[in-house]
Amino acid sequence: MKYIDEYRSSDTVGQYLSLIDRISTRPWTIMEVCGGQTHAIVKYQLQKLLPDHIRLVHGPGCPVCVTSLELIDRAISIASLPQVIFCSFGDMLRVPGSQTDLLRVKAQGADVRILYSPMEALKIAKENPGREVVFLGVGFETTAPAIAMTIDLAKREKIGNISVLISHFLVPPAMEAVMSSPRCVVQGFLAAGHVCTIMGYDEYLPICKQYQVPIVVTGFEPLDIVEGLYLCVKQLEEGRVEVENQYARSVKKEGNTQALRMMRSVFEIVDRKWRGIGVISHSGLGLKEEYREFDAESRFQVEHVTTKESAECISAEIMQGFKKPCDCPMFGRQCTPERPLGAPMVSTEGACSAYYLYEGARS
Amino acid sequence: MSDQGEFSVTCPILHQQEEKILMSHGSGGKHTSDLIEKVFLPAFGTSSETLHDGAFLHIDQSDLVFTTDSYVVQPLFFPGGSIGDLAVFGTVNDLAMCGARPLYLSCGFILEEGFDIDRLRQVVARMKDAAALAQVKLVTGDTKVIERARGDGMYINTSGVGVVERAGINPQSIQSDDLILLSGDIGRHGIAVMSEREGLTFETSIESDVGELYSSVRALFDEGIDVHCMRDLTRGGLATALVELSAARGLAMEIDESAVPVDAVVRGACEFLGLDPFYVACEGRMIAFVSSNDGEQALSVLEGLGSNPRIIGHVSGQSGPMVSSKTFLGTRRILDRLVGDQLPRIC
Amino acid sequence: MCLGIPGRIESIEEDSALRSGIVSFGGLKKKIVLAYVPEAGVGDFVVVHVGFAISQIDEREADRVFKYLEETGELEELKTDEVH
Repeated sequence: MKYIDEYRSSDTVGQYLSLIDRISTRPWTIMEVCGGQTHAIVKYQLQKLLPDHIRLVHGPGCPVCVTSLELIDRAISIASLPQVIFCSFGDMLRVPGSQTDLLRVKAQGADVRILYSPMEALKIAKENPGREVVFLGVGFETTAPAIAMTIDLAKREKIGNISVLISHFLVPPAMEAVMSSPRCVVQGFLAAGHVCTIMGYDEYLPICKQYQVPIVVTGFEPLDIVEGLYLCVKQLEEGRVEVENQYARSVKKEGNTQALRMMRSVFEIVDRKWRGIGVISHSGLGLKEEYREFDAESRFQVEHVTTKESAECISAEIMQGFKKPCDCPMFGRQCTPERPLGAPMVSTEGACSAYYLYEGARS
Repeated sequence: MSDQGEFSVTCPILHQQEEKILMSHGSGGKHTSDLIEKVFLPAFGTSSETLHDGAFLHIDQSDLVFTTDSYVVQPLFFPGGSIGDLAVFGTVNDLAMCGARPLYLSCGFILEEGFDIDRLRQVVARMKDAAALAQVKLVTGDTKVIERARGDGMYINTSGVGVVERAGINPQSIQSDDLILLSGDIGRHGIAVMSEREGLTFETSIESDVGELYSSVRALFDEGIDVHCMRDLTRGGLATALVELSAARGLAMEIDESAVPVDAVVRGACEFLGLDPFYVACEGRMIAFVSSNDGEQALSVLEGLGSNPRIIGHVSGQSGPMVSSKTFLGTRRILDRLVGDQLPRIC
Repeated sequence: MCLGIPGRIESIEEDSALRSGIVSFGGLKKKIVLAYVPEAGVGDFVVVHVGFAISQIDEREADRVFKYLEETGELEELKTDEVH
């Protein structure tokens, strides 16, 4: 497949690995922000191919993992209502709430449907005028334009029986939270290529300057990741601090102007709670006043569920790069994809699930 | 299709053509025998005079293999196949994987009240064709009807019996250094079914690989290939079959990802959905563990049948369960059992 | 954050209110919203996320990663290094 296969060539990946080996003289700790990058790194065991002194830590780039427990519980309550057709991306179905998860609720008879695109929810709403369609809109900036357009179309076409449960997060505040922690170990970032495809990378300049940390906007194939790492290590070795764009085939500095326009007309920036980390101010998106009729949280008054996080889950430590999944005493024992204690073990973007999947419980 | 049958005072609907399955179709009375006479017997070819509680079989003094499986797939029809094909080929293949020649199948239907009888006819017709292809006879069966839920439920159980043609084909016979042969490309069935279900539609049809495997097994035996174990790939795909066998035998296995054939369109679908083809369901595909001396010959036997076989790896001397897969970078990733089904990703 | 797959635009539906078209992913075809890539046309490659094209792939930039290794000249040094 074009633009995939050539980025999975062992020759060119090998060349970059050799370059990294040659130019690096000191230990460096680099964080890749996006869960998709985490999975590529673990799947191809890139850490094993890097020199020992280059350490990769995994960031909070998994929107499924950081969606608050309260919201998951609320989603489950709404999904259980008989008049609701609950639509979600597949990733969310096994995420544990306080008591159960969407997949179990579906098995008990709730109408829960997996969609590839939020536009399918609009179609379902049109075809089922007597039912309430609720879409679980989880994602970072990459997904926001798609959700925004869906909501905008619903408003234009006066489709009243659809609403969205919003769980949108912004990346730069998360990176700032990581860098401002007194325990921060990160010296360089691989920024998320598809988030930056939408947003551009202007907003990373202040982070770069304030924390004196190189940031390389990076893609998701193995070749992208090793080139991103190379550029990051090169900056660190040369004492430069810049925002560079490795993923230039998709990312422009100004981002996608049409997508940004739609996002800004539908969404506004709000404070949001990150599961495992806490509330980060101005770190999420919420619906603007003129679109608030489509907010499922206000449309559905559901019984408040007492949230109960697992006491043993150390996802906060993992998502900020302080620990690796294999450092967790529960990993592969009490916490498995079958019986997850937290979201990172069950989300396809989660660091714990990546390690479990590609290195096994024995790791 | 109107029925100009007699009018009877005792039961006015007795001779009308029923379009939907009723509870009475499962209760053993006239409706049940109507169903047998009009739907099942014409397909499975047994004379009604010999109907009894069981089928009398004469199998000479051989070791037998006996297996059973149930089929609950939704949707009932998908590109390249149906529940009927699965119900016959699935059980036939299980027998073949044990080194047996499949002979007879039983077939139990559980139908939901309200099920469309024409659909039942279509499924039965597919079973008839599949049985003919696999050269097996369907000799006994049963029908039960359960109360309506959505009215489209059909569940089929088939049990099968075959004669052992070569003994000792089982996981315990796997040896270190055995080569692992894969009979063809993977992932078709899962993608084909998924393309109909859950509203994931694709413009390009990917067809299921459902089919019989006995002819491949027969060809390997005829050529004297030293086969130690075989397994057909079904739910959970290639990776799950390897992991189960590694666990059953207690030996580690190593495969090379670049050797595993995946059709371009299946690959595109997997990339698109974020699925790993190694875990996507197959149907008419098998892995065979053959002696390291016979690898090349086994390959040409299967190639001669028109399939696209590959040697994808080998059994190592280390203890298992452990299945590792070499990536294009030369690194190894561990393959393990999946929890639940793979769900399409967005992230 | 997210799964974005490159695909080739095979056809565009000009008269639908929302610009969309058929995109091929290695042979698999799917209808995709193209409203966010107004300049992309048939034959162009786009990155697709949840049914929306979010960028048009810049072919020159796509090649750059391969040319980089040659241009820096470090490839030559590498070849010398590899002779043990």
